[in-house]
Amino acid sequence: MQISEAWLREYVNPAITTEQLVEQLTMAGLEVDSVTPAAAVFSGVVVGEVVAMEQHPDADRLKVCQVAVGEAEPLQIVCGASNVRVGLRIPAALIGAVLPGDFKIKKSKLRGVESYGMLCSEKELGLAADANGLMELAADAPVGVDIRDYLSLNDNIIEVDLTPNRADCLSVEGIAREVAVLNKMDWSATQVEKSAVSHADTLIVSVEATDACPRYLGRLIKGVNPKAETPLWMQERLRRSGVRSLSAVVDVTNYVLIELGQPLHAFDAAKLSGSINVRYAKTDESIVLLNGQTIKLDNETLVIADDNQALALAGVMGGSESAVSDDTQDVFLECAFFIPQSIAGKARNYGLHTDSSHRFERGVDPTLQERAIERATQLIIDIAGGSVGAITEVTTASTLPQRSAVLLRKLRLEKTLSINLADEQVVDIFQRLGMSVQTQPDSWSVTPPGCRFDIAIEADLIEEVARIVGYNNLPNSSLLMRSELGKATEAVLDLDRVKDLLVDRGYQEAITYSFVDEDIQQVVAPDDDVIRLKNPISSDLSVMRTTLWCGLLKAALHNTNRQQNRVRFFETGLRFVNKDDNMQQQKMLSGLALGSAYSEQWGVATRKVDFFDVKADMQALFSLTGAAVQFVQAKHHALHPGQTAEILSQQGDKIGWLGMLHPTLEKQLGFDTQVFLFELDQDLLLNKQIPKFKPLSKYPSVRRDIALIVKEEVAVSEIINCIKGCAEQTLQDIVVFDIYRGKGVEEGSKSVALSLVIQDFSQTLTDSEIDAIFSGLLETLTTKISAKLRD
Amino acid sequence: MSATLEEILAQALQQLRDAQDLNQLDLVRVHYLGKKGLFTLQMKELGALGPEQRRAAGQVINQAKDQFQQQLEAKKGLLQNAALEARLASEGIDVTQPGRGQTVAGLHPVTTTLRRISKIFASVGFQVVEGPEIEDDYHNFEALNIPAHHPARAMHDTFYFDAHTVLRTHTSPVQIRVMESEKPPLKVIAPGRVYRCDSDITHTPMFHQVEGFLVDTDVSFADLKGVVYEFLRAFFEKDIQVRFRPSYFPFTEPSAEVDIECVMCGGQGCRVCSHTGWLEVMGCGMIHPEVFKAVNIDSETYSGFAFGMGVERLAMLRYGINDLRLFFENDLKFLEQFK
Repeated sequence: MQISEAWLREYVNPAITTEQLVEQLTMAGLEVDSVTPAAAVFSGVVVGEVVAMEQHPDADRLKVCQVAVGEAEPLQIVCGASNVRVGLRIPAALIGAVLPGDFKIKKSKLRGVESYGMLCSEKELGLAADANGLMELAADAPVGVDIRDYLSLNDNIIEVDLTPNRADCLSVEGIAREVAVLNKMDWSATQVEKSAVSHADTLIVSVEATDACPRYLGRLIKGVNPKAETPLWMQERLRRSGVRSLSAVVDVTNYVLIELGQPLHAFDAAKLSGSINVRYAKTDESIVLLNGQTIKLDNETLVIADDNQALALAGVMGGSESAVSDDTQDVFLECAFFIPQSIAGKARNYGLHTDSSHRFERGVDPTLQERAIERATQLIIDIAGGSVGAITEVTTASTLPQRSAVLLRKLRLEKTLSINLADEQVVDIFQRLGMSVQTQPDSWSVTPPGCRFDIAIEADLIEEVARIVGYNNLPNSSLLMRSELGKATEAVLDLDRVKDLLVDRGYQEAITYSFVDEDIQQVVAPDDDVIRLKNPISSDLSVMRTTLWCGLLKAALHNTNRQQNRVRFFETGLRFVNKDDNMQQQKMLSGLALGSAYSEQWGVATRKVDFFDVKADMQALFSLTGAAVQFVQAKHHALHPGQTAEILSQQGDKIGWLGMLHPTLEKQLGFDTQVFLFELDQDLLLNKQIPKFKPLSKYPSVRRDIALIVKEEVAVSEIINCIKGCAEQTLQDIVVFDIYRGKGVEEGSKSVALSLVIQDFSQTLTDSEIDAIFSGLLETLTTKISAKLRD
Repeated sequence: MSATLEEILAQALQQLRDAQDLNQLDLVRVHYLGKKGLFTLQMKELGALGPEQRRAAGQVINQAKDQFQQQLEAKKGLLQNAALEARLASEGIDVTQPGRGQTVAGLHPVTTTLRRISKIFASVGFQVVEGPEIEDDYHNFEALNIPAHHPARAMHDTFYFDAHTVLRTHTSPVQIRVMESEKPPLKVIAPGRVYRCDSDITHTPMFHQVEGFLVDTDVSFADLKGVVYEFLRAFFEKDIQVRFRPSYFPFTEPSAEVDIECVMCGGQGCRVCSHTGWLEVMGCGMIHPEVFKAVNIDSETYSGFAFGMGVERLAMLRYGINDLRLFFENDLKFLEQFK
């Protein structure tokens, strides 16, 4: 909503600066977005009248004018505009004038003829972007008066960003009411006289959709002058309200909309057939709108129709066929109240948003229609003449919104705002807001005016009091709240700890979009059933990720394309997948590593990150929770078939995956190096074992190293599991310290060197006891996995 | 004999002086004091003498031996020192060479900001709760007093999956979910991702919010103002100006927008604050009775406040980041600045 400050101040003119006024509005909840001068800076321009004119002796296109500017003698000014003529009143820039752009007017000679000033167009005064010739002022414009005063150009355009609840402020009068309340000043609305009826014709109006249109007023105005010009003052006010001047009748309807907040529509009466009906559209009915757009209507859309067809989209936009035009003489003026819910969403459904729909869907004062149609009538007659018909009104009282009284308890007001206000102050606030107040013991019964759709409950009244008193004048309290002792859940590891560990191990946290490119999603997880957005912002953000890898791979590429050859990322967040017709949202932790294992440094030989580097990071994570997990050789569509591990909990729950990006995908996605990926289920990962104390042995431990030759197929985990399977009580620790293939080891086999630490709780183990333990273990290893002791 | 001893001593002392290192010195020691050492042999020869002579001669030998031993120890000390000096000299390194091993990365600035916000609220007993991101229309809108076709829906550019399922447009649905399942008193903050179908210089289709709310008996607007005020001062670690402006949210009444004095220009007016000196940082208000009704909490007994803030916005102001889109490009050159 954009209004002229000068216009506002005609209603209520507090002795405060523009800055203070704007601050007041903002702090009352009518946030001012901007204040811009109504006109560019210029000076020295007055109303002039061309009193005589001659052809320039040496230039066909120039005229030598004598221009009255309120001095004793007229000024001689040379002018080249095509519309210059004797009797025309125009803005005349005098010697010494400064026009927008710091353009100084000096005495000059044009082709030998002296010129003492310049006649101006709207463009030259910065009032319009373009102009065809001089700006033509009214015939009664007072000669010699400064044009800035005459056009009230010393004005500001104030743009207010209104919240949807404050439809009552979508007019100059609405904002004037607020300003008056805030400054405790009286104000009065525009006085509107009823026009005398001067002809007997009316149109029959019937309202079928009484639920959506409780009130409809129509009036025929006949014989208006189609050539009538909108007066400059009205054009200027419209311009400052952001509305373009079109024709007198349309300008009047727009003017009343801005002045009072009531949308009106003018039909060309000659193009209507029969009566007017307010009804829902028929299925497959269509209409060509004023903006040229043809829309197909549905039967939930309210229309204004004549006997033949839909004429207008009620409360949104008129149709082009019945619109007033350059030769319209008889006008049918419509002024209605539509129920907000019946207009809400309709404009948006058709891709429209108009000043009218904006107001109707937020709520127009249902008591305003008569005053508005009389106001519009008065202005049309003043500007374009015509004879006035009687108003046809169809009102359905039962569907008209009623403002019921709202009870405000004094105690509730005080408790909510922690403030004591004098009763008179509270009553004064409500009355100035146009509400009627009945004081009762310990409470007030407050009835809001028709324009206040937002006042329905006690809290709404409390807000009004708070708003007018000023939020910043209300007390602040320190935190006096009940406190309970906090929780310290130990069985769930804090995700922050996991993040810190990854950061400390060189992984940078990333945050990527939850919706991803379907192409990447398809490539990485073709078997997942994706959840698709109905209205994605772009085609490359159209499906919800089923794995965080999609975003991480893209983020990694962003960096490798920018000369980063070492990237380590992790991200936490949800993955989304359709499972059994359910949209599942699962918390994940994912990561990616590519490039060298360590950042380039002098002390460590450069080598690429490999599976076991990342596995060590995973093991570090699991060591935080104390969970025993298994890395099982497995297959995953996105991963290298030989370098993929599925991570299982001891109970066999699938915690996640670790592996190398499949070389085919690596190439397809545009990487030129190996990429390692992991993804873990957060809930399973964070499942922490609460530590349980085990007593310490007082006896020395013994370390024995053994090297075993096993077949290549035997996984290291099998050897370890086999040893653990023996349930040897004294066994404390197993470390794999070497894996060897090559000379001395038969092809197809490998040597795995392990060190075992054993310790007894009740005695120092003797050599022979230790030997016995080891031969027992070896026997099992031989039988179960055909392991041989390496010589 | 004594002449010989003198000769031996002189020779021995000379050899001590000549010894270059501890090995040579040890050879010298053995040569004179070992089992077959020259002084040892001298002592052995004493056996052939009578007792008187033996004592006198023994004394002389012992004096010579003692003298040798003293010199030996002194020389040993010298050589040990020299050896240590040599070792230290040879083991010197350039301590300015960089250290070895893994480098430390960093958290995303959104996470850092969220952690600080959570920490501030946790210190007064707020609990952190998360909610789903794919949300139903009821929790995202209806229960928050935003019925279908409410003009406020136009304020949320919503991503839809179907007519009833959306990507949450704010973290406020968590308020509903908590109040549905738990009884007051409640003190909760709910951080997380939210989504709006909007993308330009100042909007990304995904961003983060923190919702906070408190429900108890006798919670007033003054409590809300107090909490918000204290929080903003704690967050910016500065005694900044804060102001509350009336605003509108369907789920709070009264509602307020909160502005802080521009942290870029100190309220003088700059490009960041559009020359107003103020920056809008959060919305808040007293929980609307309709919202309490939707979750079966008696608004006569209980009252509460709620607030919501944009995390990226706070991070931008805190760290002086000038482009919202940087948060989700994940450029290492950007992220690495926030260790």
